[in-house]
Amino acid sequence: MSTTTAPRSRTHNASGGTIVPAHERTLRNRVSLGESIRHSLTMAYRGLLKIRRTPEQLFDVTLQPIIFTVMFTYIFGGAISGDVASYLPVIIPGILVQTVITTSVVTGTQLREDMDQGVFDRFRSLPIARIAPLSGALLADTVRYAIATTLTFVMGFIMGYRPHGGIWSVIGAALLVIVCAWAISWIFAFFGVIARSASSVQGISMIILFPLTFLSNAFVPVDTMPTWLQWFVNINPVSHLVTSVRDVLNTGAFTSEAFLPLIGAAVIVAIFAPLTVRAYMRRA
Amino acid sequence: MNTHTEWAVEADGLVKTFGSNRAVDGVDLRVATGTVYGVLGPNGAGKTTTISMLATLLRPDAGSARIFGHDVQREAQVVRQLIGVTGQYASVDEGLSATENLVLFSRLLGLGRREAKIKANDLLEEFGLTEAASRPLKKFSGGMRRRLDLAASLISQPPLIFLDEPTTGLDPRTRAQMWETIRRLVAGGSTVLLTTQYLDEADQLADRIAVIDRGRVVAEGTGDELKAQVGSSSLELRLGEPQLAQRALGIAERVLGVAGTTSAEAARITVPLSDPERVTDLLIELRGEGIRLEEFSVHKPSLDDVFLSITGKPTEDAETPEGAHA
Ligand SMILES: Nc1ncnc2c1ncn2[C@@H]1O[C@H](COP(=O)(O)OP(=O)(O)OP(=O)(O)O)[C@@H](O)[C@H]1O
Ligand SMILES: [Mg+2]
Repeated sequence: MSTTTAPRSRTHNASGGTIVPAHERTLRNRVSLGESIRHSLTMAYRGLLKIRRTPEQLFDVTLQPIIFTVMFTYIFGGAISGDVASYLPVIIPGILVQTVITTSVVTGTQLREDMDQGVFDRFRSLPIARIAPLSGALLADTVRYAIATTLTFVMGFIMGYRPHGGIWSVIGAALLVIVCAWAISWIFAFFGVIARSASSVQGISMIILFPLTFLSNAFVPVDTMPTWLQWFVNINPVSHLVTSVRDVLNTGAFTSEAFLPLIGAAVIVAIFAPLTVRAYMRRA
Repeated sequence: MNTHTEWAVEADGLVKTFGSNRAVDGVDLRVATGTVYGVLGPNGAGKTTTISMLATLLRPDAGSARIFGHDVQREAQVVRQLIGVTGQYASVDEGLSATENLVLFSRLLGLGRREAKIKANDLLEEFGLTEAASRPLKKFSGGMRRRLDLAASLISQPPLIFLDEPTTGLDPRTRAQMWETIRRLVAGGSTVLLTTQYLDEADQLADRIAVIDRGRVVAEGTGDELKAQVGSSSLELRLGEPQLAQRALGIAERVLGVAGTTSAEAARITVPLSDPERVTDLLIELRGEGIRLEEFSVHKPSLDDVFLSITGKPTEDAETPEGAHA
């Protein structure tokens, strides 16, 4: 049969040729910390490549801050703060927190999709750190948060928002939100690992997130709400984060109060990182 | 630990159950280094499950396996450095291009940025994928995907390669290319363990073959040994005039020296074919007698025949769920 039209000029190059026999290889049963970090960075790079390949998946990250900022500001601005300009310092931190936290759900859904894909079998058959696909995903997602944060600030700026605290307060607030969203993404990563399908992750996450972000002080001052609701809004961690971000942006002061959410973030990571990693390793 | 062993794969009593279904039910395998080993079985026989356990993807419920002397459970990370796995379903990233996939896996395997690029390009060229290199995988044909998948398994030049049904769903030309590639790998010193549903393929490629059915190895040996169990090929003749069937059968039995059969409508006769040399004599004889042939074919033993002869039942049975018959 003369069916070999496959290019064979390089017969003994990339794959054939001299295979080093098993017993002549140096083999180790452990992956060092340095290697683990390198593998995680490579997996994060994969996440970024995928974002670049399919920019559609950034729709939520890009459209939500734009639409919400415009919509909420012009609908509620007059009613809540008298005019649009004085509503901006209230709404921009609120939308920032809401958008970035909503974005962190993607960590869970994508992790689930990834683990269901054929490529995951390949990752599991490679001599790489078991944890790399998970840590890589969590790393790559910080880029989403950065994009969402930037867009929200740009929208606010276009509409006339000038934070009192200046550029440093903007950077500080951005970091605060990104760190907290990253911590929260561990919760969704956990759902992603244990759930059956990506859509169920999306479902559970939204049921939890919707009340948390809307029953907060993100869009409306607390004192306009009924007392029973105030009680919830005041213990809602999202409210605390929004308050901190407002304080930093509008006063420029990094008070100890402003760092309270970081403690919360640390607690979330302390609880959910081990849970997620354990559940993940059992499946990976 | 004993590091130098001539066995690439040693599996002892591997068991995997899914619920009440014993997908793999005590499989023993011995694959010698530098050979091609074929695992032959129908749908649901447990081929993929067996490979998954050998490739550290699935934990056996019982039994043990060693790859070049390294235990798949205790030294999983070592085993992963020695194997390349091409699964039944393409295990490449659908969201990336071919180049991006190969670069990604190369980087994960410790190659530098430039080395990874070079490696990816070499492999793409070798597998005839250069033109499609930057196209999204979603637009790849099944054959291209399969080739990319195999290329990805060869990045680290592993001494042992698992190929799960490497040619299922490929057209004849692409299948021949895949066979060529497998032969080339073995010529380079690799050991290959492949699964297939085709006796012909196992026969062509494999030095030894294990036939598995319902999670058990029901026969093991070289292709010739297996075929000897099944019986040889048979010669099938369709006659121009059915009424001459008995005469034709008589001639065939006399020339070939074995008993044949005629089909119900008597236009077809089938005779076991042990010595192809004598076919010429038979044809000449038939023409001499003025018996016209409509069709002439050689029927090779198939997986079905192997099954029929080894288990006494056709392969379809393997698919019917437990209890449906009994
Ligand atoms: N993850 C799983 N969960 C439950 N059952 C499974 C799972 N994987 C395989 N099985 C069952 O185990 C049996 C063997 O499956 P396996 O995929 O190993 O067969 P196979 O020989 O590879 O078949 P095929 O030729 O169709 O690929 C089948 O009955 C299958 O339904
Ligand atoms: Mg299979």
